[in-house]
Amino acid sequence: MIIKPRRESRKKRGLISSPVSRISPSGIRKFFDLLASIDGVISLGVGEPDFATPWPLCESAIRSLEKGYTMYTSNLGMPELRERLSQYLEDTYSPKYDPASELLVTVGVSEALDLTMRAILDVGDEVIMPDPHYVSYDACVILARGIPVMVPTSEENDFEVSAADIEARITNKTRAILLGYPANPTGAVMPRGKLEEIAEVARRHQVPLISDEIYARLIYGVEHTCLAALPGMKESTILLGGFSKSYAMTGWRIGYAAASKEIISAMTKIHQYSIMSAPTMGQVAAIEALKSGGDSVISMVEEYNRRRLVIVKGLNEIGLPCFEPRGAFYAFPSIKFTGMTSEEFAERLLVEERVAVVPGIAFGQCGEGYVRCCYATSLGEIEEALSRMKRFVDRHQVA
Amino acid sequence: MLTEILRILESDSRTTTKQIAAMTGISAAEVTKLVKQAQKDRVILKYKAVVNWDKVEDERVWALIDVKVTPQKDVGFDAIAERVYRFPQARSVYLASGEYDLAVLVVGKTEHEVANFVSQKLATIEGVQGTATHFILKRYKEDGEILEEVEEVKRQQVVL
Repeated sequence: MIIKPRRESRKKRGLISSPVSRISPSGIRKFFDLLASIDGVISLGVGEPDFATPWPLCESAIRSLEKGYTMYTSNLGMPELRERLSQYLEDTYSPKYDPASELLVTVGVSEALDLTMRAILDVGDEVIMPDPHYVSYDACVILARGIPVMVPTSEENDFEVSAADIEARITNKTRAILLGYPANPTGAVMPRGKLEEIAEVARRHQVPLISDEIYARLIYGVEHTCLAALPGMKESTILLGGFSKSYAMTGWRIGYAAASKEIISAMTKIHQYSIMSAPTMGQVAAIEALKSGGDSVISMVEEYNRRRLVIVKGLNEIGLPCFEPRGAFYAFPSIKFTGMTSEEFAERLLVEERVAVVPGIAFGQCGEGYVRCCYATSLGEIEEALSRMKRFVDRHQVA
Repeated sequence: MLTEILRILESDSRTTTKQIAAMTGISAAEVTKLVKQAQKDRVILKYKAVVNWDKVEDERVWALIDVKVTPQKDVGFDAIAERVYRFPQARSVYLASGEYDLAVLVVGKTEHEVANFVSQKLATIEGVQGTATHFILKRYKEDGEILEEVEEVKRQQVVL
């Protein structure tokens, strides 16, 4: 690739670029360091399934290695995977995407998100997103020299983001609205009606939507609405998804982007130079997931739901009021009555009772006053964590 | 809801009524009612543990016996199956397709005891044409549980 040399004078600055300097490795570094020094911790801090990848998926990947499938694949991803993915998306909740030009297989949604931002943002462009949100959202925008614009959400509104609040933040610099429902860290799911209102705002202002639907299959008693499936929204929505959460495949690193030919071809340019192709054996396992993994997803969702009911009820009973999460595998209880910040709460809970939760502040200013408790862990551990947390809460009741 | 309760109990029969209530979102009284009814209907037969007997000093010999039988008028295989399953040595009895008709899982203290049971009790039942005995050399998986020690996979403690 040929790029023109930059002509501007070299200003004196440090070795690291300003966007990278601007983002912290994690908002809660101190907490991570503390965690590493303590033994016997029950962790509700892990954002991934505790199940191993269903065996048939592993087995197909092992076989593929034995057969010599160890080379790069097409930049876009294996044709069979894209074909099956196209069919799967159409059969489940999304519109039909052309496997040859509208789907790109990525290294998890993480890469897909990064590619999206790099493909669409110029310096200073704005991306509107809810607060709290998954930690990569603002980081990817900043790394692509953009500006994240926060829309506050609150427990009172079920952590749903409103069309009016989004519209109020649209400027001539707005390049996209980024949503991620079912949500990490809150477990919130947006009802169809509210998504339609947002789609209407996006259409009116001609702002594309980016929808991270990695948790689409992990929903409880509600229906998932795919933003791209709303009338007329396919062309202006960049749909991101992946295999990690629903098929318990986090370590395989397989995600995808589904969007217009123009967007996918722009993303593919970056992908081909920075990644080449997603891991081949992961793609093989993903094909098997689409072929035979459906029942495993159903039984894992059933198990998550049992745990969800236990942890939400338990948190409320021990005095940590908890909004009812309808998706993903997180509970997001309020800790406001303790008078502690979320970071203080998490640190003291870790030191005093050896339970790890993630301070809500890690996910944005509106996450302050909450902690994220992941229930993708065994029921025994959840029950033990709840009883430890009860002791902690009882001790720290503010009179 | 009953199916959900049965799944929970099938994977851990020691789950308490209170826990099941929390896991399903229905009241404990409702759980008790459904479980009692299931017991009454013999949907739930028994609450048992899956034991790895190889780890305790308890000499047991297991064998799978294929049994070929002549089906009888009106009752088919059922009457002969009953004559087999009445014996306490027969732990599981299935009617199976293929070369043989009944598959019988037999347990005894010694190989001799199992062999005696097959030759003297099973083979002599009227209508039994022949048997094939397969002694079990090693048990790998029992009722969905893998018996050998599995290495615990360590997850990261915090992933955002």
